[in-house]
Amino acid sequence: MSEQEHSEHIVPPGTYLAIILTLLLLTGTTVWAAFVNLGRFNIVVALVIATLKATLVVLFFMHAKYSPKRTKLIILAGIFWLVLLLGMTLSDYITRVDYRGVRFPISQVSQQLPVQRA
Amino acid sequence: MHRTGELYGQFKTLEQQKESATLGMWIFLITEVMFFGGIMLAYALNRHVYYPAFAVGSNTLSLKLGGFNTVVLLASSFTMAMAVWSSQVGKKTLISIFLLLTISLGFVFFGVKYVEYSQKFHHHLVPGKKFDIFYCVNNPASCSDLDGEELMVEGKLLDAAKAADPDLNAHAQLYYSAYFGMTGLHALHMVIGAGLLFWLLKGSLAGRFTPQWNTPVDIVGLYWHFVDIVWIYLFPLLYLIDRHK
Repeated sequence: MSEQEHSEHIVPPGTYLAIILTLLLLTGTTVWAAFVNLGRFNIVVALVIATLKATLVVLFFMHAKYSPKRTKLIILAGIFWLVLLLGMTLSDYITRVDYRGVRFPISQVSQQLPVQRA
Repeated sequence: MHRTGELYGQFKTLEQQKESATLGMWIFLITEVMFFGGIMLAYALNRHVYYPAFAVGSNTLSLKLGGFNTVVLLASSFTMAMAVWSSQVGKKTLISIFLLLTISLGFVFFGVKYVEYSQKFHHHLVPGKKFDIFYCVNNPASCSDLDGEELMVEGKLLDAAKAADPDLNAHAQLYYSAYFGMTGLHALHMVIGAGLLFWLLKGSLAGRFTPQWNTPVDIVGLYWHFVDIVWIYLFPLLYLIDRHK
């Protein structure tokens, strides 16, 4: 049957089940981790877990693992530009120091402003 | 919906035709990544600058409702993946069942989102003239859906945040603008997704999808999973800031 000559990879339901269970487990983990005080690393842990979940969805639910190379290239190019957008802009903002040598964030700066205004 | 499984002149094989469709969908999804990426960037900068306001804002969201919705959306991604599988192996009834399940879970999500949004309206947490981040702490009687302990924690957090940021009420509006902007756009994508799922359901009830031709199921599936990924990031970014206090 020539019509059935599909090189399309069919992901079995068992794999989908394993992935959804892992995703739910990771959701539980991220909620649990949010209640542990890790200081500035709370956001790092949250983003690492979210990226892990997103990767599982892309690879298995969206079949990227079984896609042709050019599809993978498109996906990687997209991620690359996203990293540029976020990384380059944030690397500027998180290293900013104003003319008095006070670091950004403004919310801490604005506390000092009333004193200077007076 | 046009005729099914027909090979168009510009393609050599059905397989090549399907690959082109999938590739086109991925390129569209990359533009969506850029779209949400810009919004995430605006969120990240505001959060960096006005962290105390973002932390209290996040603590006024309901983790129970948000967490429940995360589980619902992940489950809907699973049923969508199963609908794609059903179409690939030619189980025609199963396609419709899984599509219906996906739609239902989508509507559960909308329902919970409606409850959340209306709570925010009642609690004066919608950016604008009436916005008051202290409303529930000052008027506990009007916030009967929050219990005493929740209000006490909120009061403590608000006092600490107020000490760190005198303009807390203004900056908390930035958090809530990000919240409504991001979840609103996400919900809009889900509304479009639900529309597409109804269109698929119509096709699957007519028995149009076969192992030889199931491109629409596959492509709408990609879209639905993408919307799920957006929520995977929105949940920790909006609901889980500074929960450990």
